[in-house]
Amino acid sequence: MMSSMRGVTKRIQSIKFALLSPDEIRRMSATKIITADTYDDDGFPIDMGLMDSHLGVIEPGLRCKTCGGKVDDCPGHFGHIDLAMPVIHVGYVKDIKKLLQATCRKCGRLLLTRQQAQEYMAEMEQVEELGGDVTEVGYVTKETAREAQKRQRCPHCGEEQGKVTLDKPTTFREDGHKLTPKEVRERLERIPNEDLRVLGMNPEVARPEWMVLTALLVPPVTVRPSITLESGDRSEDDLTHKLVDVLRINQRLRENRDAGAPQLIVEDLWELLQYHVTTYFDNQTSGIPPARHRSGRPLKTLVQRLKGKEGRFRSNLSGKRVNFSARTVISPDPILSINEVGVPVEAARELTVPVHVQAYNSEIVKQWVKRGPAPLGPLGEYAPGVNYVIRPDGRRIRVTDKNAEVVAEAVEIGYTVERQLVDGDIVLFNRQPSLHRMSMMAHEVRVMPHKTFRFNLAVCPPYNADFDGDEMNLHVLQSEEARAEARVLMRVQEHILSPRFGGPVIGGIHDHITGSFLLTYKESKFTREEVTFILSKIDIRDLPAPDVKKGGKEFWSGKALFSAILPKDLSMTFKSSIAPKGDIGLKELKEEDSLVVIKDGVVLSGTIDENGVGAFKGKILDKLARDYGPDAARVFIDKGTKMAIGAIMIRGFTTGIDDEDIPEEAKKQISDSLRTAIEKVEGLVDSYKRGELEQMPGRSLEETLEVEAMKILGRARDLAGQIAGKHLGIENSAVIMARSGARGSMLNLSQMAGSIGQQAVRGERLSRGYWNRTLPHFKKGDLGAEAKGFVKSSYKSGLHPTEYFFHAMGGREGLVDTAVRTSRSGYMQRRLINALEDLKVKEDGTVRNTADTIIQFKFGEDGVDPSRSVQGRAVDIDDILQEVLGEEPSWKERLREQEMASYGLTEKDMYVEISEEEVEVEEEEPPSEE
Amino acid sequence: MRFNVLEHQLVPEHRLVAEEEADRVLKALKITRDQLPKIRKSDPVIQVLEKIEGPIEEGRIIRVTRVSGTAGVSEAYRLVIGR
Repeated sequence: MMSSMRGVTKRIQSIKFALLSPDEIRRMSATKIITADTYDDDGFPIDMGLMDSHLGVIEPGLRCKTCGGKVDDCPGHFGHIDLAMPVIHVGYVKDIKKLLQATCRKCGRLLLTRQQAQEYMAEMEQVEELGGDVTEVGYVTKETAREAQKRQRCPHCGEEQGKVTLDKPTTFREDGHKLTPKEVRERLERIPNEDLRVLGMNPEVARPEWMVLTALLVPPVTVRPSITLESGDRSEDDLTHKLVDVLRINQRLRENRDAGAPQLIVEDLWELLQYHVTTYFDNQTSGIPPARHRSGRPLKTLVQRLKGKEGRFRSNLSGKRVNFSARTVISPDPILSINEVGVPVEAARELTVPVHVQAYNSEIVKQWVKRGPAPLGPLGEYAPGVNYVIRPDGRRIRVTDKNAEVVAEAVEIGYTVERQLVDGDIVLFNRQPSLHRMSMMAHEVRVMPHKTFRFNLAVCPPYNADFDGDEMNLHVLQSEEARAEARVLMRVQEHILSPRFGGPVIGGIHDHITGSFLLTYKESKFTREEVTFILSKIDIRDLPAPDVKKGGKEFWSGKALFSAILPKDLSMTFKSSIAPKGDIGLKELKEEDSLVVIKDGVVLSGTIDENGVGAFKGKILDKLARDYGPDAARVFIDKGTKMAIGAIMIRGFTTGIDDEDIPEEAKKQISDSLRTAIEKVEGLVDSYKRGELEQMPGRSLEETLEVEAMKILGRARDLAGQIAGKHLGIENSAVIMARSGARGSMLNLSQMAGSIGQQAVRGERLSRGYWNRTLPHFKKGDLGAEAKGFVKSSYKSGLHPTEYFFHAMGGREGLVDTAVRTSRSGYMQRRLINALEDLKVKEDGTVRNTADTIIQFKFGEDGVDPSRSVQGRAVDIDDILQEVLGEEPSWKERLREQEMASYGLTEKDMYVEISEEEVEVEEEEPPSEE
Repeated sequence: MRFNVLEHQLVPEHRLVAEEEADRVLKALKITRDQLPKIRKSDPVIQVLEKIEGPIEEGRIIRVTRVSGTAGVSEAYRLVIGR
């Protein structure tokens, strides 16, 4: 079956949309529906009722009266309701309005002279001939209609035209007088065929009067099945309910009309019928109240079935539910390789891989089946069982403890057996939102006890996962091709380098970075016990020679230990992230041990931190993945994780509020400097009030004051941070984290220890609230620092009530625009993906769509894949030259090159959040998790 | 014409490709004309080119040479279509 399907591709050339004529409705109808009742007392469908058995079957055992098929054979058949009076179809009111306005009220002709009509017709034909699509033809017809609507008098019969307006949703008026649907229909009937063609309608399949319904199509019962509740009561579908309403009113309308009831009553009923038919199509039509269920829930009618996220298109056609998948909470496990995922036993027992029985494996497969659905190994550990055996005829046999032996005997070549997961099976692992290809990667299974999925921490960044309750999905591949493809293309190690910027997205975070820092910073050294503890975690059996001997004791330097996991021929030079900012000399760099020099796989100097092994920035990761291949990079990350964890466990690592303790004297210094800043602002305000402030070019006086005040207060906060920072040394845990890039920033620290600084909304000092002031605690018109949102306190000292309120104001803005940003960027992403989903890079480097037309002549114009290039170039000439000539460029040259190349990436860049230009005062952020 | 769009800084160089060369280009790319991206005859660039080259029929090919951030200089082609 599969092979015959392959290679048959078909292209839809055109789709024709047409209207159903009343004749056609009656012709395709299996029965006319006249009664609003559904079932009789015995529970059988009533003839000519809404559940008539001519409309198809929903109960097993019964046969369809139209085609004779049983439940699965009969697709269902349409019925119809003859409406007593015509009603307007809501879906076409716009078109009806256009037609009424563009045609004569008396003779029905298009309100254009014959010549004009011919001109428009010619234009339309030309567009069609030149391959214009439907929308382009639509523009011409729209123009035609617009031109016709302008005319006041019919050019054919000379009749003065009235003004047709639409009273939403379905009432038409001409010069204020109501037009009944019947009158509308009569008018539409008068429009001659040739005039319709000018307006872009094909009268053969779409006569305009068909937009006013005289017969209503009733969908088959299979479309609106009734449900039998446990109590035996029947519950009908929303559509059936709505059709019942239509039928009832239709009946009453007919009776009243035939009995010659007063015009007023007939009109009321007619309008009611219109309401029911309208809500039958769309229960969210604006201008009318939605029809409700007895419980008050609005009914889900035709349009509601299709529209929106839960509609047929987005929920059932674009998205599908799958078997062989699992979802649970995730948790970290640094012992696992980045390629692995820990799967709970409970999940592994449910998830299966189909194994086809062949001559070579029939014996072992029989053994599996014989073990039943939940076998244990000799040590009581997990062993894979079999859940189902599939016979060649497609029948599935559930394997139970009872029938396992019998079923195993029956298994022979040609059977398929659904085997439970074993270690090493390849599966897809995914976290929503799936914003890039790294959101779904292939992992190797490790069946483990406990109930969470587990994976290596280095894989958190590409999934954007943390462990505060996140859940992830897992899919088991079901075909050999899929498994092979996933292993080659989707395995985690193949995605270490991102195609977005060419750097590593998989790498150390948090404690991994801190651990590497503690391991390698300056003269860190470890005793024999410590070294064995660290190295026992990775596959190194022999202790390297000790570096230092002191007082008869042997010590190993951390740099030497770290060198053990580097390839033996690796040479590189880069700056650590602890390096002081700005253009600095070699001496300062060396002083801070922040110039990393690796020669022949040995770390000669420098600290390995975020710039070495961190996700997004790790230079070593980058080079390994590029030059030594994904296998080497994977091994490095696996070992690096374990080693860093070992190192951090030896020292022990914690941070607390006392990490921000600073001496009394420093606190006084800070408050003094803040006070001078505030006084300075006061001085500014005074000079502004006296009119002595010097205006900045392009700014008003007020703006000048604001800019100056912001500048002073921004500097004041930085100064407070600096004063506090002087007392926070590199031995401080919080500082270690901030400097090494593990977590937090120096700004966070200075806000905790020094001063929080100016609060802002929309990049300006706070100003809103009361009349001319922010809070009633201040004088009206106070422009000083404290009155406009400057927070002197630090997070540690605590905030004054007014400061607290200002801080909440600033914080709220952040919350609001993250919320707005995510929803907006999500929508943008959806539209982008819809536009780009069929594009593909072909073998010749061109980007083409499925129609094989060229979109871009060379991928990215240069045909270079960023994840396989060096800083956007296909080859790294400097590197090759160095290798060939054996010449070392000076450290300065090397660093300069890197600075040019690094894009200034941060973790924030990863996610869709568009990082806005951060104004100095705006970058304040509480040091908490999101 | 009020001004020559080709002289604008943001508009890359457009050139009409001679018929013989067009066939060579298509052969090199191993494509047929309909697989090329399109440019309308009413496009301001074509209007300018028509001033220089005389009338340009549908089906002719335009070469767009632009300065590219990644490749230095890159070439693309457009098929002239009606309207």
